[in-house]
Formats: sequence, C-alpha cells, structure tokens
Amino acid sequence: MIPLAVSLDALSTADFWIGVGVLAGTYAIFTLGLQLNVGFTGIINFGQAGFMAIGAYAMGILVVEAGWSMWLALPAAIAIAMLAGVLIGLPSLRLRADYFAIATIALAEIIRYTAQNARGLTGGNQGLLGFDDQWLDVSDTILGWLPEAWQGQFLLPLLIVVWLTALVLTGLLIALQRSPWGRVLRAIREDQDAARALGKNVFAYKLQSIALAAALGAIAGWFLALNLSFLHPTSFEPQFTFIGFTILVLGGLGSYVGVMVASLLLWALLEATRFIDLPLAAEKVAALRFVIVGVALILLVAFRPQGLLGKRQEMVLHD
Amino acid sequence: MSGTADPALRPGRTARRGWAAGRLAAAARGPLGVTLGIVVAVGLALTVAYGLHDVAQRGVNGLVTGTYFALGAVGLTLVYGTLKLVNFAHGDLLTFGAYIAFLVNVTWGLPVVAAALLAVVATALLGVLSERAMWRPMRARGAGLLQLMLMTLGLAFVIRYGIQLAWGTQPRRLDVDVTASVSVLGLRIGRTELIVVLVGMATLVAVSAMLRATSLGRQMRALADSMALAEVTGIDSDRVVVATWLFAAGLAGLAGVLYTAAIGSMTPNLGFFLLLSLFSAVILGGIGNAYGALAGGLLLGIAQEWSTLVIDPRWKVAVGFAILVIVLIMRPQGLFGRKERIA
Repeated sequence: MIPLAVSLDALSTADFWIGVGVLAGTYAIFTLGLQLNVGFTGIINFGQAGFMAIGAYAMGILVVEAGWSMWLALPAAIAIAMLAGVLIGLPSLRLRADYFAIATIALAEIIRYTAQNARGLTGGNQGLLGFDDQWLDVSDTILGWLPEAWQGQFLLPLLIVVWLTALVLTGLLIALQRSPWGRVLRAIREDQDAARALGKNVFAYKLQSIALAAALGAIAGWFLALNLSFLHPTSFEPQFTFIGFTILVLGGLGSYVGVMVASLLLWALLEATRFIDLPLAAEKVAALRFVIVGVALILLVAFRPQGLLGKRQEMVLHD
Repeated sequence: MSGTADPALRPGRTARRGWAAGRLAAAARGPLGVTLGIVVAVGLALTVAYGLHDVAQRGVNGLVTGTYFALGAVGLTLVYGTLKLVNFAHGDLLTFGAYIAFLVNVTWGLPVVAAALLAVVATALLGVLSERAMWRPMRARGAGLLQLMLMTLGLAFVIRYGIQLAWGTQPRRLDVDVTASVSVLGLRIGRTELIVVLVGMATLVAVSAMLRATSLGRQMRALADSMALAEVTGIDSDRVVVATWLFAAGLAGLAGVLYTAAIGSMTPNLGFFLLLSLFSAVILGGIGNAYGALAGGLLLGIAQEWSTLVIDPRWKVAVGFAILVIVLIMRPQGLFGRKERIA
C-alpha cells in the first residue's frame, strides 16, 4: 500500500467542485470586506469573523425566534452588522494600527462568546436550526430550471447564487474604488495626514469602510448559514478571519479580482487535502490543512508579499 | 500645643518625612495607587454583597489564573516592545511547552519537574529559532507591521496544528495529582495549584529582580523602550534580542506547563484561547513594560474570577476581553504607561 496515494477520482467529481465553489464564493465575499479595509483603506480589521457571525445569527434569529420572512431578515441582518461596524469603529478607529487589530479581534471574540452563551437566543452550543425553509423552496425552483442531469446536485443553486452575488459585489466595489470616494480611501491609506490636510474627514471615511466591510461579512454570513443550514459558534472562530487574510495575501493587496481567484485556489487546495489517503485520523487531516494555510501565509508574506495579482507598490504598509 | 496639621505652615515637615514616604505619597496619586484603590474598592463592595469568604476564595482562584497570565504576558510584552512584533504565535508557545512536558512526563515517564525544565528549554529554543529563521531576516528587509503580524499568524497556525497533527485533539494530562487540596483559613486551594502559584510567583520575583538588577535585564528593558537609543549607548542589540527571545519563550513554556498543571488537562487550542487574555494583560500594563505585564496579568486573573460572583462563569473570558477593549479605549497607554508613547 502506498501511503501517499491521492484518490484522484474524488477530485474529478462534481460534488467536490460544487462544495469547493460554495465555500470559495462565501469566503471571497468575506475577504472582499478585508480587501476594502486592509488593501484600500489601510486599517487592519481582525474582527471580520465577528461581522460574519452577526450577519448569520441576526438572519437566523429573526427567522426562527421572531418569525420574520427570510427576505426581510436578510437586509435586516446587513443593517444590524453595519450598525455593529459603526459602533465598533467609533471608539476603536482612533487607536494605532496594532491596537486596532487587537481590539477588533477581541470584539469579534466577545461576539462569538455571546453566540455561545446567550443560549435562549442563539441556541448556544446546541446550534440554531430551521431558518432556511424559504431558501430551500427557492433552491428547488432554481434546480427545476436546470438540465435533468444536474438534478442530484442540491448545492448547485446555492453555488450559482453565491457566485452571482460575489461577482456583482466585486463589480460594485471596483466601480466604487474608481469613484472620488475610492480615491479618498487610497489617499488615506497612503498618507492620512495629507488626506486630512486636504479637508477630508478621515475618520468618517474609515468608519464607512468598516461599515461596508461589516455588510460584506454579513452577506458571507448568510451564505455560510444557508450552506450549513445550521449555526454553531465554532464556525466563527478567529481562524476564519485569518483564512480570509491568507486569501487576501495570496490574491494580492489592492486587487478585488485577486480575492476571487485566491479564494478558489485556497479552498480547492484545502478541500483536496481531505482526499489525501493518509493513514491518519480525520482530526489530524483537518490539522494538516491548517498547517498548509500557515506555511502558505509565511512563505507568501516573506517571498511574494504582493500576492498573485497585486502590484508591489500596493504593499506599502506603513506602521 | 499647636493644633495645626497643615504641612504648608511647617516647611520642614515634608523634607523630614523622608524620601520613601514621599515616593509612597506620589505613588498613591499615580496610576499604581489609583489601580490599587479601584481593586480595594471593588473587593470591598463585593465583600459587602457576597461575604468575605467567597470574595477571598475567588481571589485565590484569580491568583492562580493571574500567575500564568503574568508569566505569559511578560514575554509577549518584551517581544512587542523590543521588536515591535505583535506576536500572535505567543499563545502557541504556551501550548508547545505544555505538550513537550506531556511528552517528557507521560510518554517518557520522567518526573514532572524534569518535564517542566525540558519544556522551558525546548520552548526557549523554539523562540530563538523563530527569531533566526523568520524575524531577523524580515527585520533586515524592513518588513512592515502588517507583514510581520501575518507571519506570526502563519507561525501560530503551524505550531498549533502541528501539535494537533502529532497529538490529536483529545485532552491530555500531566502526571500530577489534581484532586488533593489544602485548606488555609477556610480557603481551599488544590495542592498542585498551590505549587503552581508558588513556582509562578518565585519565577516572577526572580524575573523582576533580573530585569531590575542585572545588566542584561536593564539592557532588555532599554531595548524595549527604544531600540535606536539603546544601540546608540553601545548595547549589542543582537545579543540582547536573542536573550529576550530565550527569556520570553522560556517563560511562555513554563506558563503553559503551569496552566496545564493547574487546570488538569491540555488541548492544542489552549494557548490560542489564552492569547487574547495575555494581550489584555500586556495592554493593561502598557506595551513594553515588563512590570506592567506582571501586574496586568495578576489583575486580570483576579478580575475574571471576581466577575464570576456577579455573572455566570461562562462569561469570564469575555470579561477579560471587555476589560481589554475598555482599557484600549479609555487609556490606550495602559495603566502604568506614559501617554507620549502613543502615536
């Protein structure tokens, strides 16, 4: 028996690529928010998983506990996440970059502990179920439009919706980046004192940047929720923010298209490790995936800080 | 007999009170005094509400927690201050120490003291290895804050999940007795916990003495204050940086072993979940301030345990994070830091 044989059959199945595609699309949307903050505004947001948690739980709670229609709960979840972004940004955006990073990760952890401990609302470690009935109807409808041969792929409609959303959001962000608003953000990243001297309200722009990133995190949260059809606090641990940062660096700072490409690459790589035929327990294979993320992050930052599609001059990172 | 006590009318009085008393009076008005005042006031308020025994018992528990917080935080703050490296892998150094102790103590069957010593040495070497392989080359290239932070995140993943790859996720125990306990004045403390506090406190006192009295300690603090100024005075910064890593990582390894001994078990996540508490202690004490980190760690441990009197213990870790956020917003230079350090 060859211990390192890879069962390539699994990699050629549609199931595998649809699963990868849904995850990649979800985390691409998640990382678009990081790109806006880190790549274009120069603020190091380490709390993106917290905004994803708010989006997912707000949607889930409004549907399950408050009996809202999912179609109302989705925009409400975005609004709640944006409000949280403003509330978190107001005090913490005055901090130095490193303090801001630590403060945002702490706030995201407070959000996760709340999801875990406010059991009456979130189901705590039992999880939250039953928020996706309306989505499943839509999913069936979409599946009905597709050819006969694809009828067995229940995740296919989600894949289509996630990637349509991701592409539309990318287009919007690129357009926004070319607008006067986007140019002010870049000016802030390059030299916020100069931007201030030109009469721009730097703080307000940073706050808007955080609020938009929170909205993108919340949208990623919806899709995560619909993919899992079950919400659990462990889906929002800080390492998911760091996976987002790995995607960000892999794709290149300052490139929204890079985020799309890198998210696909990283998730294909991560999911493919499931099929390496190692004589290992499942938890150890899971560990191997994160070791790969860690090594990739170290090597990328050390040897190709501009990533795949970024430009070297975009990697000007001031202290 | 003059009844007046107004020192302004008796000019010689202040001078005669002497230097020590003057320092004490100044300290009482300074941040340390204010902090102690708040701790005493909160302690008194809790005593009135919940009784002396409960407050003292939670205080003892908090001291155990505070010990390993403080040990972990000293290294984190020195590295942060000296190298401007926000080390997200520091928590995983604690995990590494704990698992090396497990390897030596349980797998090889050596006594727990030998295990702790070997864990400290191995973790210290890992710290130096990371300096030589990663941080020094990156500093030489002039890497920015974000680049360095992301590399520490990568290293954190490699250590944490490397440990999970080797040992799995099931909880592991050291060969120590965690059930026996001793009672002093009606306060119960586990026998192992007592040893943890004693070893930890002795180490902290030794660390403080080393930082204050030895030339290496003064050089480490000078570097943490300002690398450029320290180099101007002729300090061999490369040697001191290596010493700082030995010291920081070694203490982290010890903290990991003591944590595991006190709690009773370890998982590969332990250090990562402690990391934010360590950052809280560092920021409470003011970044780069080793004494501040010691005090911050102890304060945080006690604050977390006292909070369990008022709210459900499930929230106590979140209480630590809330303290971190409040301190960052209200007093980002920390309890003992100087304002001018903050950009």
